Amino acid sequence: MPPETRTAVLRFENVTVSFDGDLALRDISFAAFEGESRIILGAAGSGKTVLLKTAMGLTKPESGKVFVFGQDISTLSEKRLFDIRGKIGMLFQESALFDSLNIEENVAYPLLNQPSIHCPKADVLPRVKQTLEFVELGGTLEKFPSELSGGMRRRAAIARAVVTEPPLQMYDSPTAGLDPITAHTIMALLIKERDVSQATTLLVTHRFQDGNLMANFRYNSEQGALEPARNGAQQKSRTTFMVMKEGRLIFESDQDAIESSNDPYITKFVKQRV
Amino acid sequence: MLAGKALKNIFRRPHYGDDIILQMDAIGVGSLPIVVMIGFFSGAVIALQMSRALSQYGQVGKTGTLVSLTLVRELGPVLTAIMVAGRNSTGMASELGSMKVTEQIDAMRALGTDPIQKLVTPRLIATCVMLPLLTIIGDFVGMVGGFMIAKFVLSIESRQYWTSVWRALEWNDVTQGLLKPLVFALVVSLMGCYQGLKTTGGTQGVGRSTTQAMVLATVLIFVLDLLITDVFVSQGGS
Repeated sequence: MPPETRTAVLRFENVTVSFDGDLALRDISFAAFEGESRIILGAAGSGKTVLLKTAMGLTKPESGKVFVFGQDISTLSEKRLFDIRGKIGMLFQESALFDSLNIEENVAYPLLNQPSIHCPKADVLPRVKQTLEFVELGGTLEKFPSELSGGMRRRAAIARAVVTEPPLQMYDSPTAGLDPITAHTIMALLIKERDVSQATTLLVTHRFQDGNLMANFRYNSEQGALEPARNGAQQKSRTTFMVMKEGRLIFESDQDAIESSNDPYITKFVKQRV
Repeated sequence: MLAGKALKNIFRRPHYGDDIILQMDAIGVGSLPIVVMIGFFSGAVIALQMSRALSQYGQVGKTGTLVSLTLVRELGPVLTAIMVAGRNSTGMASELGSMKVTEQIDAMRALGTDPIQKLVTPRLIATCVMLPLLTIIGDFVGMVGGFMIAKFVLSIESRQYWTSVWRALEWNDVTQGLLKPLVFALVVSLMGCYQGLKTTGGTQGVGRSTTQAMVLATVLIFVLDLLITDVFVSQGGS
């Protein structure tokens, strides 16, 4: 099926974002389709985070249009945006857990406050518990974010992002600042979440190996572990790599293309693998 | 802008009642000790100072009148507002500022709540309720402070003191003394929240907004105090 006939879950059309005259995104266009994984690579300050925030309507584009589930959100009012945001799960860079609330309240927050989500009161706690089990954090409900380690905080934040089972999930540098082993378990968790929920996933990272894992591994629910995707070719076609540099999108294609690229900026990311 | 949005939200759902109560506790109960202390000592100081001036005219008996007027019209509202600005404007600026720099404000918007509705409006309501109450308490404690001086230092009879305190007050003074804290409450809460929400630049930025909130709130309190007093005086309220 040619991509044009499917509706894009997320589409950017010539989006430009600037802060006080500094261009953070320059003329970005791309489209992400249902069930697709997109790996967004880029150095610090290349606009990766701004891209995600623009997709959520947290930052307004100066020009261009952003479509989420077919709706143009660049002109929506904050109130109308809440309906769209209810369908997006976002993991913030520094986790952004509310430090005045404990883990249970943090994870329950979107269920209780998202206007478009109507979760019966009685269902809140079971869903929170189930999601925390999923990220292997059962038994920390009463703890506050400051009492958890960096990796555990990241997991709690993932739980908060996916508790509403959003069809579009965005992760901003989920492995940043974590040791390699914890980083790997976090990536395994994201792959598990992707394969269980079949959601469209946007992963922002500066580590090519995260993208590599996402592209070539899948979650085996019987063994409860990652395994190389059996039909690698099909899995690969669902994963697209994007590279950003100084607010521009300079590369968008699959893994083979990125690995054979000669661009010195791109090879810098690809070469640093494991 | 922020003021408009925050005020509009007072009449709009959803309401976060728990947050209002929590803020009232922090602002009202938390500020009570300092307001009582400041009120008591400023009342005492006024009584002492004024008695010296009044003794030149042989009118030491009028001490109560002067204590009462200065407290209710001026010092009560202004001192209380400055204390609360020091405790709570700065508190709000640093709390909201930290939330801003750690992306918690963004997360809040992402998870379906309007930060102004959830954070600013409860603080605004709580301050508008608590500051006038604190001012009344501060005024009263100040009068008691003045009374201590009057009785034990100036040996004025307690009945004479309290009658002069009571007689001095007109409706005009009371409205003035209650309108001021209400206006100052807007300044204190909105300045704290505004500075907090526009924080940028990490922990350093939080420090900057906190200082800004205190400085600007204090200056605005004095400027508005002058304006309000001017309006009341020109209306012929003695």
